[in-house]
Amino acid sequence: MTTWTDYLLTDSPESRRQAKLGQIYRKWLAFPRNPLAMVGLGIIVALLLVAAFAPLIATADPLAQNLDRRLLPPSGANFFGTDSLGRDIFSRIVYGTRVTLVIVLLVVVTVGPIGLLIGAASGYLGGWVDRLLMRMTDVFLAFPRLVLALAFVAALGPGLENAVIAIAITAWPPYARVARAETLIIRQQDYIAAIRLQGASQWRIVWKHVVPMCLPSLIVRTTLDMAGIILIAAGLGFLGLGAQPPIPEWGAMISAGREQIFDQWWVATFPGLAICVVALGFNLLGDGLRDVMDAR
Amino acid sequence: MTSVAQSQSPVRRRSWGETAGRWAKIASRELSTVAITIFGLLLITFFIARVIPIDPVLAVVGDNARPETYEAARIELGLDKPLWQQFAVYVGKVFTGDLGRSVLTSNTVVDDIKRVFPATLELATLGTLIGCVLGIPLGVLAAVYQGRWPDQVARVIGLFGYSIPVFWLGLMGLLLFYAKLGWVGGPGRAGVAFQDLITPITGILVIDAAIEGDWEAFRDAWSHLILPSAVLGILSVAYISRMTRSFMITELQQQYVIAARVKGLSEFRVVWRHAMHNAFVPLVTVIAVSYMHLLEGSVLTETIFAWPGLGRYLTHSLLNADMNAVLGGTLVIGAVFIAVNLLSDILGRLVDPRTR
Amino acid sequence: MRHVAKLMVASAFAALMTTTAQTGVSFAQTPKDTVVMAKQIDDIISLDPAEAFEFSGVEVVTNLYDKLMGVDLAKNNELVPELAQSWSVTPDNLTYTFKLRPGVKFHSGNPLTAADVVYSFQRAVTLNKSPGFILAQFGFTKDNVLEKVKAPDDGTVVITVSKPFAPTFFLNCLTSGVASIVDTKLVKANEKDGDFGNGWLKQNSAGSGAYKVRAYRPNEQYALDANESWYKGAPKNKRIVVRHVAEPASQRLLLEKGDIDIARNLSKDQLAAVKTNKDVEIVQGDKGYILYLGLNTKNPNFAKPEVREALKYLVDYASIERNIVEGTYKAHQSFLPKGFLGAIDDKPYTFDPAKAKELLAKAGLPNGFNVTMDVRSVSPITDIAQAIQANWAQAGIKLELLPGDGKQTLTKYRARTHDIYIGQWGPDYLDPHTNAETFAINENNGEDAKSKTLAWRNAWDIPEMTKTTQSNVLETDAAKRAAVYGTLQREHQKVSPFVIMFQQVEVSADRKGVKGWVIGPSSDTNFYAPISKN
Repeated sequence: MTTWTDYLLTDSPESRRQAKLGQIYRKWLAFPRNPLAMVGLGIIVALLLVAAFAPLIATADPLAQNLDRRLLPPSGANFFGTDSLGRDIFSRIVYGTRVTLVIVLLVVVTVGPIGLLIGAASGYLGGWVDRLLMRMTDVFLAFPRLVLALAFVAALGPGLENAVIAIAITAWPPYARVARAETLIIRQQDYIAAIRLQGASQWRIVWKHVVPMCLPSLIVRTTLDMAGIILIAAGLGFLGLGAQPPIPEWGAMISAGREQIFDQWWVATFPGLAICVVALGFNLLGDGLRDVMDAR
Repeated sequence: MTSVAQSQSPVRRRSWGETAGRWAKIASRELSTVAITIFGLLLITFFIARVIPIDPVLAVVGDNARPETYEAARIELGLDKPLWQQFAVYVGKVFTGDLGRSVLTSNTVVDDIKRVFPATLELATLGTLIGCVLGIPLGVLAAVYQGRWPDQVARVIGLFGYSIPVFWLGLMGLLLFYAKLGWVGGPGRAGVAFQDLITPITGILVIDAAIEGDWEAFRDAWSHLILPSAVLGILSVAYISRMTRSFMITELQQQYVIAARVKGLSEFRVVWRHAMHNAFVPLVTVIAVSYMHLLEGSVLTETIFAWPGLGRYLTHSLLNADMNAVLGGTLVIGAVFIAVNLLSDILGRLVDPRTR
Repeated sequence: MRHVAKLMVASAFAALMTTTAQTGVSFAQTPKDTVVMAKQIDDIISLDPAEAFEFSGVEVVTNLYDKLMGVDLAKNNELVPELAQSWSVTPDNLTYTFKLRPGVKFHSGNPLTAADVVYSFQRAVTLNKSPGFILAQFGFTKDNVLEKVKAPDDGTVVITVSKPFAPTFFLNCLTSGVASIVDTKLVKANEKDGDFGNGWLKQNSAGSGAYKVRAYRPNEQYALDANESWYKGAPKNKRIVVRHVAEPASQRLLLEKGDIDIARNLSKDQLAAVKTNKDVEIVQGDKGYILYLGLNTKNPNFAKPEVREALKYLVDYASIERNIVEGTYKAHQSFLPKGFLGAIDDKPYTFDPAKAKELLAKAGLPNGFNVTMDVRSVSPITDIAQAIQANWAQAGIKLELLPGDGKQTLTKYRARTHDIYIGQWGPDYLDPHTNAETFAINENNGEDAKSKTLAWRNAWDIPEMTKTTQSNVLETDAAKRAAVYGTLQREHQKVSPFVIMFQQVEVSADRKGVKGWVIGPSSDTNFYAPISKN
């Protein structure tokens, strides 16, 4: 433990990576001073815990129907009431955390590397590669994101996996932009020139040296983007193009409660609140991270 | 929708000489960029549209049609030709301003868009206005009290705006203000009694009603407009207040602000006259960007509020494989996006201190 | 500064709130002689009688145009002459003669003559849009239609059909929207590039019926003006406005606030809620739409008759009806809807998991199997599908639901790439053959088949049943014809890959004071003219 902190907090770092990591660590130490960010972190941790212990927290099977107990208002037995098939909304929301996490993680895992690679390659290689790739991001950015995701899901067919793919397709360009901007700064630096002189291949430089240096800003970008991903996924679910029934996806749950909105308000209200809280958590955390990570 | 802050095109800063040749070069480059982007837009939409596993002929002939009828419709739509040929034909027509005919409404897509676009414009405009009226003071407040509690409150409000699903907010708004309180009109653009009473002049219902001097119709249209606009407005409050804050913080640190304070000008004057004056131009760009994102936000909002605008037209067409309508609608939104980006680029250049 | 900023925010909020509050919405009653409806009308493609084939489009057409024949709703849908004053058929059942009612005029003032009938038939057959087959199945083509449909004088039409079809079959088909009589002069005046005025008629009307189109905006609304000189007498109202409101919940609110007179698409829960409202009355009528599951026999499990039968025992019909669709659907298990010639009311299947398991075990699937179902993401289909999902789990069948938009699931269904399709079938015209044909005829089970009936779509190869069904359409004795349909349906219930579950009941919720609104058995028979308000 001490060795790690020593390594990170040393005044004389031996490599660029150590220097950069040390920088980040110092910022991390400053992080708890930002109360809003801590609230965000708290929400995310709570989200993870609920997802992990869903079976313990839920009071009922999220899929168990009981048609004779439909549309019951919130009560001691059903904290958030029941939906049009008599399922317990509280338990569905609890299990819905898993769905949300899966969507977010899958998108991030797909988008991060793609955006990073395209951006880094574009920024580092320059020339026609840069022009081509940036033109591509321009085209994608010229689409409203939701409309594009909608079109892709319509093309791929509804479902959780396809929703993830569609969101990923629409999400990568800003990542590529960020990575490219970072790369443009990094490639100017002396040590990259030094490595190049040593005869390293371009791809190796991009992969081994440029990409790692872009990571921190991309992580911030990702955290900030998580809320957006959740909202788009919920929007697709709401339009009936996201997760398949009976999966307790929050957007689809709101959509299902739409018909009863004026009489049984709880069916659509609680899943919406859940989305708000989680999205807010990611936003608070991301915002705090951004403050810490870049001086701007 | 929360990508509001991120996908703004970077304001490029360049220094250039005063020569007209330089300008022409930039103009031609921008133009070719726009042309390529629009072409890419068309290409992507076209191919998405064609691989969608929905049979477009179904939208024309319905499910129970006989094979001959089906085949005739297929040929009429040009679907028997190879894809690249269909695309070439389509692009050719777009250049002559012909976006084809929607199979769902049997109008030309151009006519349809002329009809639905003002409705969306109306919504987005009032939404942006609400966003400005609430967002700018909030941003200024946050900047003035940077780091203190008003700043934190403003930040939380802003982040809330980024975190609320717009369709849910719309539903809750309907539940509360329409069903429970009865303060506003329900879904749709106008009450049934007022349908078709107003001759469309601008296509924007509140304005048309005002022009005709029909104040009852005006009140009706307004009562239907205010809730969806407010819902959209809340989305833009977030973005506008955060950008205002950051511009104002920059300005408030400038020498001239310090100088003005030293001179003993009232804080009000310093903030609102001097600092705001300088932050105004970048803010216009921000408002433009926010405006264009509300066009996107309208997709879900219009679904909730049964608002006969472009967003609903687009989703409805998409889910019914009405390809000409989808392509036309996307093209219009895409074009607006590109135009706004271009505008903010140009504005950015104009206000760049090095070019003044 | 502090005050100023506070003031700014406060006044901004205040401004917003007061403007909203001030508009405090005066809920105007609907005008006295105008009937205002909220309805889902986004399925309308065209108002041209030769093209309209969707529920909403057909309903508009039937209120704009008159036909030679009609049905009497009060007398169990008995055929009655309308524009035709009388009709006769030769003993060989091949040639029909219609005498036209004299003095009928179109909205334009042009007189309606036999030449208009000929033109209307020629037009529908030549255009051959979606409903075109309803006429074309009697042997009319664009080349021979002028020989088969003739006008010897202004008041007489003679029609020759290709086979000795049951006269009820032919005459029933003449009651459908595609057989509407259009105003030849007006249509020809609006013709473009030989389109028989199709482009113009999509949004306008050229008929003699109870109403004419005042304004139509796709997906938004249509308004119809009453035809004061209608030959059946002026409608009881001056204008009909039908506004597209997609959400049943919104329809209900509009109704309860008095913004509309009639709400057409309330679902079970809304109906239950408005029942307690003393200002609202419920009108209902049996519709011919049948809700069923189509099991694709290309799936080896569904090729086994035991599995198909097992699934029929595995739907909790009673619970679904009571809890999900009460008031909007009722139990029905045969392919002919109630109200059609030969329809039977047998319901041999109830929810019986033990029996189903037994049948599954017999089929070698004691532990169930995995299967998918394509489901339109609309209410109440999604809820029914999820209820079935839970029912089937009781016999170990793991059902995966694939949600999709209507057109999307339909595309898949038509390509026979589904496992199970859940959907509705609506009769095309008021003759039992329409449903018998699609559920019990499959001429060619190959991919190249010309006729893609529901039996074909589920790859159900039935040469024997096809023959029986086809020959029954030539049976001129109505009682014998009905008996054969009875036998067919009972056989069908037992062996078919269709789990027929419900028949739709169309329900309309009206403000108190709305009178005369009767819901017919099909969209062709939803007439606006008798509606009045007091």
